Amino acid sequence: MEAAAPPASRTRTERLGRIWEEPPGVLGWVTTVDHKRIGILYFFTAIAFFFAGGVEAMLIRTQLIGPNQATLDPATFNEVMTMHGVTMIFFFVIPLSLGAFGNYLLPLMIGARDMAFPRLNAFSYWVYLCAGAFIYVGLFSGNAPSAGWFDYVPLASKTFSPGPGIDFYALGLLFVGISTTAGAINVIVTIFKLRAPGMSLNRMPLFCFAFLAVSFALVFALPALNTALILLELERLLGMHFFAPAFGGYPILWQNLFWIFGHPEVYIIILPAFGIATSIIPTFTRRRMVAFPLVALAEILVAFLGFGVWAHHMFAVGLATATTVYFAAASLVIVIPSGIQLFSWVTTIITGTPRFKTPLLWIVGFIVLFIIGGLSGVMFAAIPFDQQTTDTYFVVAHFHYVIFGAAVFPLLGGMFYWFPKVSGRMYNERWGQASFWLTFVATNITFFPMHLLGLAGMPRRDYTYPAHLGWSGYNLIETLGAYLLGLGLLSVAANLIVSLFRGEPAGEDPWGGDTLEWSTSSPPPEYNYAVIPTVSSPYAMWDREDREADEANLEAGRRTLEAGHETPAGTVVDGEWDEVLEMPSKSAWPPLTALAISAIFAMVILQLWLSAAIATAVLLLVLAAWHGREPEEA
Amino acid sequence: MVSPLDPHSPDAHHIATLWWWMLVVAGIVFGGAVAMLVIGWLRRDRPGLPFLGESERANTTLVVAFGMAIPIVILVALFIVSDLVLMQETDAPRASETTMTVTVVGHQWWWEVRYGNSRAATANEIHIPARTHVRLVARSADVIHSFWVPELNRKIDMIPGQSNSIELYAEEAGVYRGQCAEFCGLQHAHMAFRVYAEPPAGFREWLAHQEQPGTEPAGAEARRGQRLFMENACASCHTIAGTEARGTVGPDLTHLASRNMLAAESIENTPQELFRWIQNPQSIKPGDKMPGLGLGPARFHAIVAYLTELR
Repeated sequence: MEAAAPPASRTRTERLGRIWEEPPGVLGWVTTVDHKRIGILYFFTAIAFFFAGGVEAMLIRTQLIGPNQATLDPATFNEVMTMHGVTMIFFFVIPLSLGAFGNYLLPLMIGARDMAFPRLNAFSYWVYLCAGAFIYVGLFSGNAPSAGWFDYVPLASKTFSPGPGIDFYALGLLFVGISTTAGAINVIVTIFKLRAPGMSLNRMPLFCFAFLAVSFALVFALPALNTALILLELERLLGMHFFAPAFGGYPILWQNLFWIFGHPEVYIIILPAFGIATSIIPTFTRRRMVAFPLVALAEILVAFLGFGVWAHHMFAVGLATATTVYFAAASLVIVIPSGIQLFSWVTTIITGTPRFKTPLLWIVGFIVLFIIGGLSGVMFAAIPFDQQTTDTYFVVAHFHYVIFGAAVFPLLGGMFYWFPKVSGRMYNERWGQASFWLTFVATNITFFPMHLLGLAGMPRRDYTYPAHLGWSGYNLIETLGAYLLGLGLLSVAANLIVSLFRGEPAGEDPWGGDTLEWSTSSPPPEYNYAVIPTVSSPYAMWDREDREADEANLEAGRRTLEAGHETPAGTVVDGEWDEVLEMPSKSAWPPLTALAISAIFAMVILQLWLSAAIATAVLLLVLAAWHGREPEEA
Repeated sequence: MVSPLDPHSPDAHHIATLWWWMLVVAGIVFGGAVAMLVIGWLRRDRPGLPFLGESERANTTLVVAFGMAIPIVILVALFIVSDLVLMQETDAPRASETTMTVTVVGHQWWWEVRYGNSRAATANEIHIPARTHVRLVARSADVIHSFWVPELNRKIDMIPGQSNSIELYAEEAGVYRGQCAEFCGLQHAHMAFRVYAEPPAGFREWLAHQEQPGTEPAGAEARRGQRLFMENACASCHTIAGTEARGTVGPDLTHLASRNMLAAESIENTPQELFRWIQNPQSIKPGDKMPGLGLGPARFHAIVAYLTELR
């Protein structure tokens, strides 16, 4: 496109390139505010944590390969088991979906030049990185938490877990919560305000609806977790009492607060995957999603209803019957919006003309795994059955089908789908399909026998088991499956890494994609779009006239905003042109602020209160400097 | 063996039946959805639905029918059957519905069992009369545990500061394994127990025996063992009725020799295993609260001699 572009267009793109350019090298990456670079940073960091969580999973499975094994002692097993959950949920899935996919793709899909708050965005990333480092410093210094990822009190109280492991957990999750909250607010404002003028809400891609729903859910769910964590630390560090019955506390308070966060969290993990599915399916079936408005509504409804079902994690606690029956009913209601989405995907595949390339294969695999995980999930709304199988391997099977099958599979599919856009190169298709089949089969070998193991009576979180109960065979198969699964994932990584250097050039739009990101070059320029795109449907790339209008606009200098570092803002619902925003540029303050916050958390965990106060003062100074006026950029 | 699908009580039967029904319906739903995907693959070059053709209206109707209408029917049925009808069966029993109460207190990592108003106390063994409605009260002494005998009933959490209850009813005499289901720390994996359901007459006899104080040691070795037990830390944690050992931290040992297993189902209760256990409990249950006292083999042998007489 560049080569053939007429002179006027080229002058404009060159000017925009100069305006949006960031410094080269490491400094450029540290001070970047470009949502695409931040997305890439998120991606590699999240993948590093995926690797760590994966190694932990392999350790768990190796310990359980047979009865009475001693690969890990019980203390280490409990630490590894806890860190596996914490890592995968807080430091892998959410940062990968919201941080990497959301960051990179949302501005592109809505035709914006960056996120609404670019520096806050950078800040979110650096806080995430520091929080992850913080909790892993705990692990490597021999102070990993070991009370499981939902950290029930009183086991997690000072009396029963005296070491600093739980403090690393509680402070680490508060720490990363800062990042997630800031990220979620950024996504909400970006989606509401930065859509290309003309993209009213009903013209917004379903991907964006999913991320909007997730971000709202995060903003409302995290305070409950933060409250629980702060109460726990007030107990542990300052000797207050909230949970211990001997002091008038109530241990179930923790469970309520945790699951008020924890169940919305499940949908927070899975909704981005739904969003990715609704991007990949139309492109590869070459048709629009069936029942678009119902799907958009369902995505939002799932996030909303997710707040009313938390006590179904607590059916064995001995709650009042009326309470459990209410929560069971609410849990059943939430099946409906999931059903709508499921059958919208399936019907779209039937009525379209699908090409089963690697990205769509991952989505089909996801649909199959989601049905299994969804069906076992419905069973847990049958209270007596829940009370029989909760805390067994049946529930472990269920949530791995949901979290690994239904959330991670679309993320893997998304990696293949957007790889050409981000890298400018194609991955190896045959290799990609082989990786899919290997991973899909291995996933089922690993997790399906867990249903049977649960029904054979094996509780979860046992570091070992006796030989005479008939559990050994299932465990052996699961462990072998897990090794195979590891191979499958490594083969995905190998394909993408090799293709990054050797892949065929991809061009702008190798798939005939449905949404706007395919209209810009691969990889996109710093400013994303030289012309703010014209949009008249959620499948903007298939509106040929609009894309032709973009080219005419570039030539004529309409909607180009080339006077400065600018992007337009629209009205929330109708997306009418509202104003032109002057966007901030590169800054060292976000990483410095993250460092100052790290210092506070480090001093708190060392219980050096004076130093913590000094670090807080430093943070305030840094924040003041960040928000002080800066010299104009060239 | 310890499967909820091998039920030995009406409640466990109900739950197992519920499972098989849910499995059938889930299998049909799964088969249907996968069949639709297969149709999508077979018709990959043809747009539109089979028979219905290319109509957005038909497409949306399909989504509403399969995604809303059919699920609503199934879910309402499931809710009524499981959460309104079956729930009443497996819910905590009213006091009038049961003929005796057994209280189980979860400890890290063993089970303390008390029988109504009786003085009898066992650990990691629950004896009940068969074909009798027993109210099981579940409490905790430290962290949260969960009481679960898959063949007899659902599980119930043991929450500090709270009393929960379920019904235990064994249709026939037999031994049923149970295990802690809520993660409770280092030795969560070694916190199992057995329920011994005996014919009511046999149970009454057993209970009467368990109410007796511990047997006075007969031989010299056993008497030396008793003295060592009382002089060392053993007595500060364990109770042996009829002696000055009144500790409540660890299991009541009044009739230790009558039990089949040790250390919450970790090892068999033989003199050799008992010796191995008291000499170095940490090698069998790392992290367990029971310390190794380092008294030397001769003294441990004497203690074992005493304990094995506590029938």
